[in-house]
Amino acid sequence: MSGIPHDHYEPKTDGEKWLNSRLPIVGLIYDTIMIPTPKNLNWWWIWGIVLAFCLVLQIVTGIVLVMHYTPHVDLAFASVEHIMRNVNGGYFIRYLHMNGASLFFVAVYIHMFRGLFYGSYKAPREITWIIGMLIYLMMMGTAFMGYVLPWGQMSFWGATVITGLFGAIPFVGEAIQTWLLGGPAVDNATLNRFFSLHYLLPFIIAALVIVHIWAFHTTGNNNPTGVEVRRGSKAEAEKDTLPFWPYFVIKDLFALAVIMVVFWAIVGFMPNYLGHPDNYIEANPLVTPAHIVPEWYFLPFYAILRAFTGEVWVVQFASFITGGIIDAKFFGVLAMFGAILAMALAPWLDTSTVRSGKYRPMFKWWFYLLVIDFFALMWLGAMPAEEPYATFSLIASAYWFAYFFVILPILGVIEKPLVPPETIEEDFNAHYGKADAEATPAAAPAE
Amino acid sequence: MPVRGRQTIGENLVSHAEDHEGTRRDFLYYVAGGAGVVATGAAVWPLVNQMNPSADVQALSSIRVDVSGVEPGTQLTVKWLGKPVFIRHRTGAEIAEAQEQDAEGVGALPDPLARNFNLNADAPATDANRVMPSPEGEAPGAWIVQMGVCTHLGCVPLGDAGDFGGWFCPCHGSHYDLAGRIRKGPAPENLPVPPAEWVDNSTIRLG
Repeated sequence: MSGIPHDHYEPKTDGEKWLNSRLPIVGLIYDTIMIPTPKNLNWWWIWGIVLAFCLVLQIVTGIVLVMHYTPHVDLAFASVEHIMRNVNGGYFIRYLHMNGASLFFVAVYIHMFRGLFYGSYKAPREITWIIGMLIYLMMMGTAFMGYVLPWGQMSFWGATVITGLFGAIPFVGEAIQTWLLGGPAVDNATLNRFFSLHYLLPFIIAALVIVHIWAFHTTGNNNPTGVEVRRGSKAEAEKDTLPFWPYFVIKDLFALAVIMVVFWAIVGFMPNYLGHPDNYIEANPLVTPAHIVPEWYFLPFYAILRAFTGEVWVVQFASFITGGIIDAKFFGVLAMFGAILAMALAPWLDTSTVRSGKYRPMFKWWFYLLVIDFFALMWLGAMPAEEPYATFSLIASAYWFAYFFVILPILGVIEKPLVPPETIEEDFNAHYGKADAEATPAAAPAE
Repeated sequence: MPVRGRQTIGENLVSHAEDHEGTRRDFLYYVAGGAGVVATGAAVWPLVNQMNPSADVQALSSIRVDVSGVEPGTQLTVKWLGKPVFIRHRTGAEIAEAQEQDAEGVGALPDPLARNFNLNADAPATDANRVMPSPEGEAPGAWIVQMGVCTHLGCVPLGDAGDFGGWFCPCHGSHYDLAGRIRKGPAPENLPVPPAEWVDNSTIRLG
């Protein structure tokens, strides 16, 4: 499966041979977990395992919660309280599921910014990157619909505001919104379909995760130098790599254990820290909470959504040239989805020949600014829609788009990158010293 | 299949893409493909359509509200189509105040249109264009019915509040006057007046 030469499974006993000639599943698992992995991977490469863990955690706790939850407007809120008070250990399972969503997004954001810094999105890993973006979109859909299920005030009004975004689409928006909701407003029909889809999407995510892994097992992992593993022969490849099992599994599990310490501390001692108190008030279509704020992981894109008001010249210009079809509300929706699309297009917007940000002296600073920008947007998304936050949001949103559509294309042309090491082995030895005394002549990288 | 002219062995084994002549096989491809598309559409449509509002939801699109208990100076909030509707019984003083607000001129309002479903779309936002026709024995303008959904971001405004004595939206500070017209704040439009009429002297039908 992998393009890097390595050992393959050889059935030895008669039993193994019998199975292998009928279903080569042991070989598939062996090749998957023994994949040659660049031996210079740093700690930013542990988040894939954390993400896999989160998906399993959410599916397992979710299936259990469904055994006690009732998707009906009259009973949903009460059934969640029933889980919290009556079901054996129910409160803890629910807190794991609630905070598990947050850990999932912490991990996915670090994983994505890792890819953005080390150029993991660049050829030949575009498909891995695109599949990853699809998983991220599905995660957002799943999290949003899951948040509606407890049928609290924030559930109801969050659903009202977010489905209202579809109402902003010109001409067909209202029909689409009614179709999504199953009525003129968020109600029982909406709750039921969100429940159905919230249960479905994680399994689609699981399928996409398999494709994601398949894709990067075909190209091989990226690594901090961005230099490809040498593939001339098995012996050559072994100088740059170690098998995933046991070396990286143990490393990743250690990292996961450390993260679990923090995660369980939060679940145990401050389970509602990341939530909103308003969601412990049952949904009431006749009363609006004073501030409708999405969950923290949506805030950066919520800030972009709100940044483009009718006073912004770009919005006025777009409205003018489309004869008013694109109004401020629709422009905001386009900007929000555009901000995610911009990330997905990164493989084609980045013109630099050097993959890793480590060897790009100018890129580095623009990248760090993007990280700061992301946190700034997150903070601004939680602030009320008034000055000075409105102006800050606009500046921060503008930088987000500028990074992808202006800075990435131009940097590749004007920047003079440093020279990356010839091989992964060279980089590894520079950090950890040579494992053996034999001198290894630096062969030309396979790239 | 009819045999075409002079041919050597293998000459007729051209790929379908190179065979530009319309054959019976081509025809079958198009028929089969077309049938497949139609069948797929027929299978998918019920799956899409089931998400549209169901019969019981549509049945609620018209409701009757008994307003006999609504004293002057108070209001009733009812749920219609999943959204709040404000039905206010205005006192003489309130009517007078709302009409006084007319004197400043409709053109001075942020939204000069009545936004009344029961009138033409271009009707001006005078107090008379915003209220219900009064039942027998009541002063004109005694009843006003409007959607309780702020035209800014969909919050529910509070009654008897704000700088103009009408409604006030706590979310982003929009002030509506006694006729539900936006006067101050970020909301772009007046509170919409839904389709409403008197069934008898104490019952209003919405929708």
